[in-house]
Amino acid sequence: MKTFNIGGVHPAENKLSAASPIRKAQLPKQAVFSMFQHIGAPAKPVVKKGDEVKVGTLLAEAGGFVSAPVYSSVSGKVSKVDVALDASGTRRPAIYVDVEGDEWEDSIDRSETLVKLSDRPELDAKTIVEKIKNAGIVGLGGATFPCHVKLTPPPGCKAECVIINAVECEPYLTADHRLMLEHADEILVGVELIMKAVDVKRGYIGIENNKPDAIRLMTEKAAAHEGIEVVPLKVKYPQGGEKQLIDAVIGRQVPAPPAIPINVGAVVQNVGTAFAIYEAVMKNKPLIDRIITVTGKSVKQPSNLLARLGTPFQQLIDECGGLPEDTGKVIGGGPMMGKALISLEVPMTKGSSGLLLMTDEEARRSTPQPCIRCAKCVSACPMGLEPYLLSKISEKQMWDKAEAEDITSCIECGSCQFTCPSHRPLLDMIRVGKSTVMGIIKSRAAK
Amino acid sequence: MNLILIAVIVLGAIGLVSALVLFLASHKFAVHEDPRIVQVAEVLPQANCGGCGFPGCSGFAAACVKAADGGSLEGKNCPVGGQPVMERVANILGMTAAPSAPKVAVVRCNGTCENRPRLVSYDGAQSCRVQNMTGMGETGCAYGCLGCGDCVKACQFGAISMNPETGLPEVDEDKCTACGACAKACPRGIIEIRLKGPKGRRVVVLCNNKDKGALANKVCKASCIGCGKCVKTCEKFEAITLVNNLAYIDAEKCKMCRKCEEACPKHAIHGFNFPPKKVVADAPAKPVAEKPAEAATQTPKAPVEESTVINNVKQ
Amino acid sequence: MSKLIVSLSPHVHGGDSIQKNMYGVCIALIPALIASLCFFGLGAAIVTAASVISCVFFEWAITKFILKRDELTITDGSAILTGLLLAFNVPTNLPIWIIVIGALFAIGVGKTTYGGLGQNPFNPALLGRVFLLISFPVQMTTWPVSGQLGEYVDVQTAATPLSIMQNAITTGDASLLNELPDSFHMLIGQTGGSMGEVSALCLLIGCLFMLYKKIITWHIPVSILLTVFVFAGVLHLANPVYANPVQVILSGGLMLGACFMATDYVTSPMSHKGQLIYGVSIGLLTVIIRNWGAYPEGMSFAILIMNVFTPLINTYCKPKRFGEVKK
Repeated sequence: MKTFNIGGVHPAENKLSAASPIRKAQLPKQAVFSMFQHIGAPAKPVVKKGDEVKVGTLLAEAGGFVSAPVYSSVSGKVSKVDVALDASGTRRPAIYVDVEGDEWEDSIDRSETLVKLSDRPELDAKTIVEKIKNAGIVGLGGATFPCHVKLTPPPGCKAECVIINAVECEPYLTADHRLMLEHADEILVGVELIMKAVDVKRGYIGIENNKPDAIRLMTEKAAAHEGIEVVPLKVKYPQGGEKQLIDAVIGRQVPAPPAIPINVGAVVQNVGTAFAIYEAVMKNKPLIDRIITVTGKSVKQPSNLLARLGTPFQQLIDECGGLPEDTGKVIGGGPMMGKALISLEVPMTKGSSGLLLMTDEEARRSTPQPCIRCAKCVSACPMGLEPYLLSKISEKQMWDKAEAEDITSCIECGSCQFTCPSHRPLLDMIRVGKSTVMGIIKSRAAK
Repeated sequence: MNLILIAVIVLGAIGLVSALVLFLASHKFAVHEDPRIVQVAEVLPQANCGGCGFPGCSGFAAACVKAADGGSLEGKNCPVGGQPVMERVANILGMTAAPSAPKVAVVRCNGTCENRPRLVSYDGAQSCRVQNMTGMGETGCAYGCLGCGDCVKACQFGAISMNPETGLPEVDEDKCTACGACAKACPRGIIEIRLKGPKGRRVVVLCNNKDKGALANKVCKASCIGCGKCVKTCEKFEAITLVNNLAYIDAEKCKMCRKCEEACPKHAIHGFNFPPKKVVADAPAKPVAEKPAEAATQTPKAPVEESTVINNVKQ
Repeated sequence: MSKLIVSLSPHVHGGDSIQKNMYGVCIALIPALIASLCFFGLGAAIVTAASVISCVFFEWAITKFILKRDELTITDGSAILTGLLLAFNVPTNLPIWIIVIGALFAIGVGKTTYGGLGQNPFNPALLGRVFLLISFPVQMTTWPVSGQLGEYVDVQTAATPLSIMQNAITTGDASLLNELPDSFHMLIGQTGGSMGEVSALCLLIGCLFMLYKKIITWHIPVSILLTVFVFAGVLHLANPVYANPVQVILSGGLMLGACFMATDYVTSPMSHKGQLIYGVSIGLLTVIIRNWGAYPEGMSFAILIMNVFTPLINTYCKPKRFGEVKK
């Protein structure tokens, strides 16, 4: 069975909510829309206090090419345009909407009927990308890179295949798994749309073999779609990393930055993104909701919720049986790469794939011990780096050496820290080094 | 006997040949260095802290010699050695030292455990830089001290220490050389290298919070809320400016009247090293109003001196 | 509910720890320990106990009274492991006072001088052994004959396979090699030597256990054994004075060194490529020292020599970066 070639670890899967069907979350009383729901320039608000909005009304337009617009996921009145605490742990510009009723924009097709690509022969690549761009779709796997940018290859590059990331290698998370089981047809149409947008004939859907039911169903359904193939992958973290997935599925390695996946002919999109693309292109529905896994060992009802963006996390937790007494850490995302939240008031954003509640006991880190140079981090690093060294030179602020040791290639997957027998905060220090070195490179380029 | 003679001759020959090689090499590969650089470097403190902006003391010495050849030592200052060292450097180079005012590191945050409650607990690497990446840190203030002591680790002179009671770093003014290592180490830019002021007296806004007033007020009892009251009290000297909801006192313009300190509703402005106040609490409103005028007339010398000093530096 | 905890990702840990690794190696040494007890009885028990106890004691005493550290480092298992390995490297009739000196040197000079666990450039147990070998050459090179279970210091001694091999080379008389026990006995371990030299089979079992538990990777042991086998094989074919490669591999401390000493985390290279270079070099050096050196056993010297090169190997042998294009 295929998998990526260098490093990797195998954390306990803990897919507690795998069997729980997707259910709709309740509407919040107040929805908060951050202007920073994607990588790139922040969105620019186009509404002001007191404006009436419906579900699907544009709240903020894209702030540049690498940016995405934000749509209202609720109907009601804009109560303020201010700052709000978001998953990054800082306060950033956001639009608050007080919810009244649930009125949708007329242009959105809310029917459940499946629209096939053959039903809409007039769609061409340009229209598809334009629709995706206008719908505010970003990578829903968690990286939140604006989707249309990846579908617009830079001049001189030609995509050869589309790879759909349905790996869901993060422990605990099951949102993509459930989505595949319940919306396989829509996803496949979405994949066809992406393939058409970048004009390729081959599409791969990479699924880890801890989801045999999803592999079976998708393989069955994909038979009816020409060019789409389901690739079962061996379970290994971080297979969901873009570069690792390309390596696993088509056996090509993306060189170090500034090279990007398109340089080896691959366009990678998350399975949730494929679904959102289907909804945006075929149903005219901008990105206003997504599936989020609310889980944790003490959570009464680990669930997969279809929730509107902007819903405060507190409400989602309440819908799954309330905040357990022993909660120590609340993580937006999965346990390997998610962000620990400093407050439950934080609203859900486009990138919220999961909400993990860890008990106090689970969450505490052990005291770091001296490095015993066991080289387990070197073996675990999926990028072929030397985490022990990068961490040490970051600590000593030797930025030149850090750059020479390719610190910027680090994908911050956390495999090194996960595997370290001395419990050293390797990634903490590497992040400091990486961000500093990136800054140095940027300022040098500016000169 | 013969053996000894051979040994002496052989060793002597080896010695001679080696000496010749060394002599030739030292001439062939000699690097011409201005002897003054060595002389200057000798009087420098050899802390190699980089506070002067040059790579180590020898780098600074080379820069001084170059500057002296250019005709002036302006802008060259060793923060560790201060004025006395610069005078000796100037002597060696046959120049007059540009006068400079002593500076000191000031921690512009008063978010003690009491003033600024901890909302979450941080559980990662003990480094401010790392903690800063988690977002706001343990408190609700995105601008205040993180308390992991990166500045303490950065200080080569042992001048900064963490006060466990307040959770804030404290600067030992006698040890501080104003090299600026701590200011660079602080990911939030809280530490400022500031004029020490006459007799070490200075008035500083001990806050770095640029949030709007309501928010700043909520997260910390001692935050600057950008109300602008201090700016109004200082209209005459225009020493205080308000940018991004944060007041800043220009040390060069400050006349040490301490009126702003009293005007600040959040007590974010602090005077350092002033003698204990006269019984202000008992005094009625009138004397308080008179005090600044009195202070201004009584101590005209120090501020004037200071301003001339600064002007010199600026030229 | 108390305050939320905040930290950067990852938020979970694999559960591996220094203790697990150190005790894992200790467990892997148990089969060999049992075999030694069967062959050497009382002597093996006394030597092991003395070595482990004195290593742990020195570790505790030095960190507490000289380094003045508060944390308890003896629980991490590294001192116990050093003690065990030291015991495996000395004759079973060695007096206790010599063992204590060896332990003091191993822990005091080999480890804590450099700052404790993770900082030492040399394998502490090997350093201790080599120190004893140089200081007490007589005591360190007389090996008791196996089977004298109730004896400790006053035992019959005999030549080990290694000295027979070296004797054959120096005299140039290949017939001397007929005195060697057959390969099967050498595998099981009924030969003279230190505890770690007797049973290659038990050591192999321990090595497989460590590989299974992912405590070590295959690179170092396999590269050492293969190199020795090939090098010794070539020599044997060229001139029958040199012993046959199977006997070379099964004799002496080679198996112990390849599986337990050279794989020491702290002193071996970090990248797989570096580990292979390290292993091959140790293999070559071992054969060279055994055949043409002053001492019959070259393993400990070979490992110590390569320990010196570990930082250099680390500097020049980088793991293959993801997507790296060969220039």
